[in-house]
Amino acid sequence: MRKQSEKKASQMQVKRPNFFKLLWKYRVLTLMCVPAIVFFFAFSYMPLPGIYVAFVKYNYGKGIFGSKFVGLQNFEFLAESGKLLTLTRNTILYNLAFIILGNLLAVFVAILLNEMRSKWFKKVSQTMMFLPYFISQVLVGVLVYNLLNYDTGFVNGVLSSLGLEKWQPYADPNCWPVLLVIIYLWQQTGYNSVVYFAAIMGIDAEMIEASKVDGANAFQKIRYIILPSLKPTIVILLLFALGGVVKGNFGLFYNIIGTNSLLYGTTDIIETFVYRATMTDFNFSTASAVGLYQSVIGFVIVMTVNYIVKKIEPDYSLF
Amino acid sequence: MKKNEENVQIGAKVKLGASDVIVRTFGYIVISIYALACIFPFLIIVGSSFTAETVIRQEGVKLIPKEFTMQAYEMVCMSGTIWKSYLLTFALTAIGTTLGLSIIAMTGYALQRKDFPFRNVISFYIYFTSLFSAGLAPYYLLMTQTYKLKDSYLAVLLPLMMSPWLIILMKNFVKAIPHEITESGKIDGAGDMKIFVSLILPMLKPALATIGLFLALGYWNEWYQSSLFLSSKVDVKPLQYTLYEVVNKMDALKNSVAGQYVTLADIPTESVKMANAVLATGPIVFLYPFIQKYFISGITVGAVKG
Repeated sequence: MRKQSEKKASQMQVKRPNFFKLLWKYRVLTLMCVPAIVFFFAFSYMPLPGIYVAFVKYNYGKGIFGSKFVGLQNFEFLAESGKLLTLTRNTILYNLAFIILGNLLAVFVAILLNEMRSKWFKKVSQTMMFLPYFISQVLVGVLVYNLLNYDTGFVNGVLSSLGLEKWQPYADPNCWPVLLVIIYLWQQTGYNSVVYFAAIMGIDAEMIEASKVDGANAFQKIRYIILPSLKPTIVILLLFALGGVVKGNFGLFYNIIGTNSLLYGTTDIIETFVYRATMTDFNFSTASAVGLYQSVIGFVIVMTVNYIVKKIEPDYSLF
Repeated sequence: MKKNEENVQIGAKVKLGASDVIVRTFGYIVISIYALACIFPFLIIVGSSFTAETVIRQEGVKLIPKEFTMQAYEMVCMSGTIWKSYLLTFALTAIGTTLGLSIIAMTGYALQRKDFPFRNVISFYIYFTSLFSAGLAPYYLLMTQTYKLKDSYLAVLLPLMMSPWLIILMKNFVKAIPHEITESGKIDGAGDMKIFVSLILPMLKPALATIGLFLALGYWNEWYQSSLFLSSKVDVKPLQYTLYEVVNKMDALKNSVAGQYVTLADIPTESVKMANAVLATGPIVFLYPFIQKYFISGITVGAVKG
C-alpha cells in the first residue's frame, strides 16, 4: 500500500509542473471542450449542493441554506408513512415488466422481420412500427385517452354498439399495470427491435448458408444460430436496462395518469410523486428527500451492474 | 400463446421448406397486425378531428367521420395561437440544434483525440452526470431562484442542448475516422481547430445529421421543461406543451380557438382537441419516414459504448 502511494506521489511530483505546459500545448483541444464543461457544470453539478434541502425544513424566505436543519426527519416521515415503499415497489415492478417484456418482444419482432423476404413489406412495416417513437409523450396521452375514455372513447363506442356494458378504466386502478405495460410496448418495440435487427444482420451469412446445406429448417436456424448469436446483445442490453430500474418513465405516467388521484395506488412512481411534491405542493424538502434516495439507490445499482458486465464481457463495461 | 404455436410446429418435424413457409406466414400475419396497431390510434384522431361534435358526443370517436366537417380546424387556425406556437418551436429547434450540435461535435472530436491528455478526465466529468443527479427539487430551485429562469424561454432552450449520451454517440462516430487524417493535417502545419473544421467535419456529415436530428426531435417534442418553468404568464408556449394545456386545461382550450369571444358551450371541445393534436404532430409524421435511417444508425452506433 505504502509503496503504491509513494509511487503515486512521485508521479504527481513529476506531473505537476507539466500540467500548465500540457494545458498550453493542448489549449485548442481544451477550449473545444470548455462549452460542454460549462454546460454540465451549470445544469448538472450546480444543483448538487441543493441536495442539502432534503435535510432541512424548507423556508421560502430564508432559502435552502438559511432553513432549519432537521437531519433525517424528512426521510423518516416518508419511510414511516409507507410512501417510500409503495413508490419504490411501483417504480421497480413497472420497470421490470418494461425491460423484460420489452426486450423479449423486440427480439421476437426482429427475428420475424428478418425472415420476411419481401423488401417492400419489411420497409413499410418497419416504418409503421417506428412511428410511435417519433411522437411526443403528450400525444401518447391524447391517443390513449381517445381510445379508453368513458364518454367518447373508441373502445367504449365499439362496446356500446355491440350492446355491451361500457368500460371505465380511468376509474379503475387495477387495470393500469397491464394497460401501461401494453402502451409502453406499443411505443418502444419499434425502437428496441432496431438494435436486435442490426445484430441479426451482422450474423455471418456463411454460417446461415452452411446450416441450410446441412438441412436445418427455419425453426432450427432460429433456435441454433440466431438466438445464440443474439445472446450477448440481449444480456448486455438487459443488464444496462436493469441499471436504470429505479428511474421511472415520467412522461408516460404523467401524460396518461396525470393528476387522477383515483389511480395513484397502482400508478404512482417516484418521478410522479417528486413532480407533484415540487410543482403542486412546493414541498421541496420531501421532494428532494425522495429524489436523493432514488439517486443513491440508482447509483449503487449502476455500479453493481457495471461490475457484473465487466466480469462477463469487459469490452462492454461503462468504465 | 405465440411461442406455444411455434413449439408445436417444431415438434411436428415439418419437411424442409415447409418450415420456412410456416415461419413466413406467421411472420407476415403477426407483423402486419402489429404494424397496423402502431398507426391505428393516429387514424382515430385524424378521423375524429373531422367529425361533427354532436356525433362524437353521441357515438364516440370514429375511424371514418360520419358527418364530415372542417369546423374544428377552422376554429383552431383562425385564432392564431397554434401558429405562434409553431413559430416559437421552429425558433427553439433551429437555435438549440445548431448550438448543441456545434458543441457536441467539437467536444466529441477533442475527447476522441488519442494524444489529448485530459480526455479521460473530461469524459468522466461528463459521464458522471448520467450516473448521479441532484433530482428535480434542487434543479428546480437552482433554475428559478439562482438563475432566475422562471418564465424564460432560455429554461427550455438551454437544458436540451446536449446530453452525455449524445456526446458518447459523437465520440463513437469520430472513432471511425482514421487517426492518420489528423496526423496528416498536423504534418501540413494545420492547427487543431483548422484540422477539425476542414478535415474532420466534412467526414462527419452522417454523424452531424444523426445527432442533429436527435436534438431536433428533442426540441420539437419538448413539453417537460416547459411544464416546469413556463407559467400562465407566458402567452406563447412550445407546440407540445400547448397541446398538453389544450387537452388538460379548459381555459387553454378556449384560448386555442378564439379567446374570450366565445363561450365554452359553443366550442366543439373534443374535435378541437383532436385538431390541435393533428396539427402539432403532422410535420413529424410526414417527415420521419425520410429521416428514420439516421435514427437507426444512431441507435445501432450508440447501443455499444466506446
